[in-house]
Amino acid sequence: MSVLLIAEHNNKEVKSFTLNAITAASQIDRDLHVLLIGHNADDVAKSLSEVPLVKKVLHMDNEIYENYIAENYTSAILKHADKYSHIVCSANTFGKNLMPRIAALLDISQVSDIIKVIAPDTFLRPIYAGNAFATVKSNDDKKCITIRPTSFEAAETTGGSAEIEKVDAADKTENTKFVNREEIKSDRPELGTARIVISGGRGLQSGENFKLITDVADKLNAAIGASRAAVDAGYITNEHQVGQTGKVVVPDLYIAVGISGAIQHLAGMKESKVIVAINKDGEAPIFSVADYGLEADLFEALPQFLEELNKLNTIQK
Amino acid sequence: MKILVAVKRVIDYNVQIRVKEDGSGVVTDNVKMSTNPPDDNAIEEAVKIKEAGKASEIIAVTVGEEKAQETVRKALAVGADRGIHVKVDSILEPLAVSKILKKIVEKENPDLVFMGKQAIDDDCNQTGQMLAAHLNWPQATFASKIEVKENLLEVTREVDEGLETIEVNTPAIVTCDLRLNEPRYASLPNIMKAKKKPIEQINASDLGVDTNPRIEHIKIEEPPKRKAGIKVASVEELVQKLKNEAKVI
Repeated sequence: MSVLLIAEHNNKEVKSFTLNAITAASQIDRDLHVLLIGHNADDVAKSLSEVPLVKKVLHMDNEIYENYIAENYTSAILKHADKYSHIVCSANTFGKNLMPRIAALLDISQVSDIIKVIAPDTFLRPIYAGNAFATVKSNDDKKCITIRPTSFEAAETTGGSAEIEKVDAADKTENTKFVNREEIKSDRPELGTARIVISGGRGLQSGENFKLITDVADKLNAAIGASRAAVDAGYITNEHQVGQTGKVVVPDLYIAVGISGAIQHLAGMKESKVIVAINKDGEAPIFSVADYGLEADLFEALPQFLEELNKLNTIQK
Repeated sequence: MKILVAVKRVIDYNVQIRVKEDGSGVVTDNVKMSTNPPDDNAIEEAVKIKEAGKASEIIAVTVGEEKAQETVRKALAVGADRGIHVKVDSILEPLAVSKILKKIVEKENPDLVFMGKQAIDDDCNQTGQMLAAHLNWPQATFASKIEVKENLLEVTREVDEGLETIEVNTPAIVTCDLRLNEPRYASLPNIMKAKKKPIEQINASDLGVDTNPRIEHIKIEEPPKRKAGIKVASVEELVQKLKNEAKVI
């Protein structure tokens, strides 16, 4: 049997987490097919077919798929489910919303948010905000799996030439209607895939003060993150939240500024390669995961940090 | 309009969990337990809708061991009218819980079902979507704003890119984000009153639902520990270490 991966895209481009999920899916079985459900998304189909790990692209094109609605995606996926041993997608808000609906209708107990493929039926997944790792074996005949994208490298995107097969659309729901999506456009790297992330917490004290973070982010070409406290306080919008219920990031460098380090925040960043914590409270839990801790007032430290960065001859991009 | 709210008893979010040495799970003896945090938001939202005159009854339901009733009792103290406790002896997978909740929905006929978007113990994020699938109802997940309109809800959802708004016809399932509202604390008089509110007990085994586990937990272990870091004395030293030691900038 083969693996069916559900692609996330915006009808123009494949979302980067799908490429990470492709890597994980190919570790389950080399015979990997991708299902692309969209409208006027031929470019996406073509780019997926060029991913060397992809053996076949099933392309379902219909105006009902202009916007992603889990109910419509589910009926589309169920049309093809019986030919596959595994149905997989990324464990971001896209896949988290979608996969349980499919799993329930197939009477499958889903395995969520895997970080390692041990065998085609056995996976490693974090539980309790990443404070424990569970090795789990699925005994269902068919498996529904979501993949933590940051735990797998992104697949190569060139050199492949998989067949693209057009497939028919499925039923449309009348009960859910897409209204709009407020996407915040930014020239900065994406939080989920950035090499450097600098995050601010409640210590910033206001939205205006996030400028101190932004200035350093500009210098380092970093993405901007935030703790839940900072988002809840309205300093910054929700898509920046890092943590158990926000985004999980694994950058080469994570700089936590004015963040105490609640369990929920650590869940989203503690796998980062190098962690820096800047906090005036020397007892803050964030220091327990930091490679480099600086006990200092962030309002003095951040401008100094920028000044020191400006003195460097070169900065890696 | 009737709202059913599903709540789960979990290890309190502030507890640093400990993994059992035999790899069978995490230590739960003498550990503080609480309502799963976003389930508090689910209850709060139902109570607000009722206070606005748009709902007539709120039923809180939990699936769990004997002590899970505490979670229902807490929901009653903040404004739910009555409770249902589906008793089980073992920890169930979300698939099994969703099948049990389907039976409760068929019995109670609510117009809306609310619950937290994710339980902070197993971090599965499945039950609401699965229940919606079993019932063939629309789902509005990760809700940070809910507007009740005639025969439909307008729900703002937190997604990776920002915020998305959808409309779902009722009956519908909504899974709640922590930013949906600010859960209230129960006042002492309301806690006393809640003791008199009814909680119906149902044995899961009487519901005719297959709750057998499909997933084997082979091993629960501690994640690899990070090696201890150092404190730096100054910003200069920090930048120098990042450049020359860690080589990340």
